[in-house]
Parts: sequence; C-alpha cells; structure tokens
Amino acid sequence: MEASEQHIQYIIRLADDALIQGQRLSEWCGHGPILEEDIALANLALDHIGQARALYTHAAKLEGKGRTEDDLAYFRDEVEFRNHLILELPIGDFGFTIMRQLLYSVFALERMKSLASQEVDTNLAAIASKAIKELRYHAEHAKDWVIRLGDGTEESHKRMQGSLDKLWPYTGEMFVPVADDLWSTETGLCSPLNSIKAAWADSLAQTFHEATLTMPDLDGWMHQGGKSGNHTEHLGYLLAEMQSLARKHPGVTW
Amino acid sequence: MVMDTRRVWRHLEQVKDPELPFLHVVEMGMVREVLFKGDELVVRITPTYSGCPATDVILQDIKKVVMALHEKATVEVVHHPAWTTDWIGEEARSKMEANGIAPPIGSSSDKAFLLGKSHTVPCPLCAGKNTTLVSAFGSTACKAHYTCADCLEPFDHFKCF
Repeated sequence: MEASEQHIQYIIRLADDALIQGQRLSEWCGHGPILEEDIALANLALDHIGQARALYTHAAKLEGKGRTEDDLAYFRDEVEFRNHLILELPIGDFGFTIMRQLLYSVFALERMKSLASQEVDTNLAAIASKAIKELRYHAEHAKDWVIRLGDGTEESHKRMQGSLDKLWPYTGEMFVPVADDLWSTETGLCSPLNSIKAAWADSLAQTFHEATLTMPDLDGWMHQGGKSGNHTEHLGYLLAEMQSLARKHPGVTW
Repeated sequence: MVMDTRRVWRHLEQVKDPELPFLHVVEMGMVREVLFKGDELVVRITPTYSGCPATDVILQDIKKVVMALHEKATVEVVHHPAWTTDWIGEEARSKMEANGIAPPIGSSSDKAFLLGKSHTVPCPLCAGKNTTLVSAFGSTACKAHYTCADCLEPFDHFKCF
C-alpha cells in the first residue's frame, strides 16, 4: 500500500497521544493514593504504551524508511510531537489525573470506534478494535471515580470541579481539525470530529450530572497547538526524562 | 522436508504464559495459524492485550520452539481479528479456576458486557456468589481484583475482553 504523507502523519499523531498519556500515567506508579489505584493507573499506562508501540510500528512500516517504533518515540524532538496539549499537562493530584482520563478517554473511545469500522487501513482497524476494548475499561474507571469524588465530600467536590474548570479549555483542540484530520474524513478513515464531539458531550453531560458537577461552556475559549507541534513547556521536560536513556545509549538493550 | 503441522501445534503447547504458567499459548487462543509457505514454516500469533508485558517473552519462546523444529521458520504477529477471551478453551478455563483465578464469564459480545454491566463472578475458592469488585485492574492488565464475602479471600478474575 502506497501511503500518503498525511496518512503516516495521522497514525504518528495517534501514537503520540497514546505514548504521552502512557508516560504521564506511569508517573503514578508507586505514588497512587491507594494500592488498588496505584496498580490500576499503571495498568492503564501499559495499555497506552502498548497501543503506541503498535501504532508507531504500523506508521514506520507505511513510511518504509527503515525507522522503528523506538526511533519515533525516542529520537524526535517536541516540535515533531503532535499529541493533544491536554495529555502533556503535569499529573496534578489524583482528581486532576482522573478528570483528564474521563475527558480524554471518552473522546479516544469514540475516535477508535470510528477507526475500527473503516476499510481504508485494515491494519489500523485491527489495532483500533483492540484499543476499543481497553479504552472502554478506561472510560468506565474514570467515570466511576468522577462520580464518586464529584458527589463525595465538600473537599473532593471542590477539587473535581476545580480540575474540570482547569482542564476544560484544553478539550476544544480535540475537535478542531488539522490538515490530516480533514484528510482522514475525506478518505473515510475517521468520522468528522464534530460528530465525535456530539457523542462526547452527551456522554460527559450525563456523567457530570450524576457527579453533581457543572459542565463548562462547550463554546468557551480553547487552547490549541499540540496537533501542529506547538506545545506547552511541560512536554519538553516529559520528553527529556523519557528519552534520556535511549539518547545517551543509542540502541541499548537489556 | 515439510512436516505435519499437527506436530508443530503439539510442540507449541510447551510455551507457557509467564503470568499464567499453568496455561499454554494454544489453549489461550494466541496461535491463529500454522502453515507452510513452500519450505518455510509460518506461525501466526495474535497478541492478547496491547500492553501485555508478557507478549515479548511469549514470542521469543515461540520462536525458540519453532526454530528447533524447523530451520526455516518465521513467527508473524497478526492484529486482525483482535484477540478475545472467547478464544480461551474450556480446559483452560477449568485450569484457571483450579489455580484460584475466576475465568472470564460469558462472551465478549454479550449485551451485558457491551453495556458495561457485570455478571456475578463466583469465588474460585469457595464457589460463593457473594463477591464484590475491588478494582477493575488487578495484578495484571487482564485481571480484575475481587473479594469474596463468604470465605473472605481476595481473588483475581480474568476479565471478559
């Protein structure tokens, strides 16, 4: 299959999202508020890193320049990463991490459902159909916690609403198409982002209602840039930590 | 010389899942196909979870077994169709239970599963039905953590997936 530049870029972008999310979640390993959640968050991180590996490998194969998953993950700089800004923000407290999990995994699940049901790229469809099963568990996990903490004590409610208000301006970027999003819709790879937005907003509204949280304005001002390589300062620090070993000892194995 | 593929299948039963050492890859449903392309032996494997850290070890072990049988051999990873717990054989489910792990219940295409509703998971230790989910993510990504209110023991449940 002769893959276009946009096609490869689109898959790298999916992989970048998975990798950055996995890396952030793995920061909780050994620091979870309770043992079960420590294990749960590390498990979620593994799912994302596994998805990232499959996606990078697929992108590298389509590209056909002999790059590997490791080249893509460890030897690109922040301006080359195309992940959503919301994923690179520091983990904050448990409530903040869980709120991000909810906002993002509901979106990621809807996007993967669309990618699993197309025939433009069957390899991607296979990776997506596996990811759906995992993301469904992730979304449920986040939803349970958001309801429990939102509708919990005065303190937990305040923190969840605070996290939601802080994260909300980073959600708009998910639904503003960049060039390869438009390409993906034209070719039938992925449904248009505004139809994903409708499903996303419906699902969230229901959860926030149960959690007694106030959903911010869908049309408020939103940050943008991650999808075109303009990142917050946080991504550089994340990559420095993640990539240092591979760059200091290229090709190292253990 | 081309050998009987049934022999390859039998030998693959030596490869265990390091996280479930009482199960081999054939009964886990990970081996999709064994075939000869000319004189090349090809074994097609479907990984279980995307992030399963055991996958690399399992693939290496399979390679070792296959190479010992036939010099010209490759192990291919296929992602389509995605692996599901529906492919875990009956015998493997009994083995899980015997080892204190509650096997997956029902089919991954069940309405209850798709709607996120969970079945009652009977305790693999005392068969009690008075069990509760502690965490959907247990000792490994494929298992959930439960406790039994009858015998008061914690146990793992292999998630329907």
